Amino acid sequence: MERAMTAAPAGPEAAEHKAPNYVAVWAALAVLTMVELAVVYMGLPRHVMILALVFLALWKAMLVALYFMHLRFEPKRLLYVVLAPLPLALILVIAVMHGFRK
Amino acid sequence: MTARAEAVRAAGGEGTAPAAHAASGPPGGVGIYTQKLGMWVFLASEVMFFTALIGSYIILRWGAGNPWPDTRAVLNIPTTAVNTFILICSSVSMVKAYAAAVRDDQKHLKRWLLTTVVGGAIFVGVQVREYIKLVHHGFLPSSGLFGATFYTMTGFHGFHVTCGVISMAWVTIRAFRGKYKGGNYHGIETIGLYWHFVDLVWIILFTIVYLV
Repeated sequence: MERAMTAAPAGPEAAEHKAPNYVAVWAALAVLTMVELAVVYMGLPRHVMILALVFLALWKAMLVALYFMHLRFEPKRLLYVVLAPLPLALILVIAVMHGFRK
Repeated sequence: MTARAEAVRAAGGEGTAPAAHAASGPPGGVGIYTQKLGMWVFLASEVMFFTALIGSYIILRWGAGNPWPDTRAVLNIPTTAVNTFILICSSVSMVKAYAAAVRDDQKHLKRWLLTTVVGGAIFVGVQVREYIKLVHHGFLPSSGLFGATFYTMTGFHGFHVTCGVISMAWVTIRAFRGKYKGGNYHGIETIGLYWHFVDLVWIILFTIVYLV
């Protein structure tokens, strides 16, 4: 019986960690969305605005991935699966961009 | 008795761990149950798919020196901002449904799943309404590069949301039939991952297509 129990790591793997405060993440996402709108209508120089917006969007995306998709609490080997396409994505964009250069 | 049956019995007998975990299959090769690993591999391919679309947009707009209209003059930013917020809210209700499924709280599981389906449906509805308005104003997929890229990206995202709403409606029906009882949260977690991914893509799209 003991062997069977150790052979069942699929047990409460997701329930092991304490559930994050989802409402706090939600509030952060709401506030960041409002900050984005403020940045758009504030009349900043264009490149400053773009930089700020991209930063805010990536911040929001990270919050969703880390807490809602609970990547923060996943084993490293799952992170490798998740992160694998990112370098490929970068190569794709750079390669296509290179093709557009005259 | 097989090792798996023993594991099910052990988990059930303990009374602490949700019994149905082991019933939905042994963990995959990396120690993550198969449906979840499968969903993550699928999402990895989705990352590539949306990178192709978003990357093309970035290159066409900034890398190739094409003239571009003022997106804020064409698109309705306030309505879409509210719609973005609705999608974020539906992500929160999804994660609440997952938490309810983990602690085997059937009442809240059903309630939060319904909220998520309604949120997703509202998002699609508002997008369709925006499309109709834009078409009436003469902004079409044939209206230059911006029209083409706008409808391609938001259209594919809307298609993903629609698929999500349909799948989630099915999951909700299953929840009402008691298929996720006894801490059997795997189905909820898997559809949740897809739903959060669609939300994540929209966060990027909203910024890069509407705001910038």
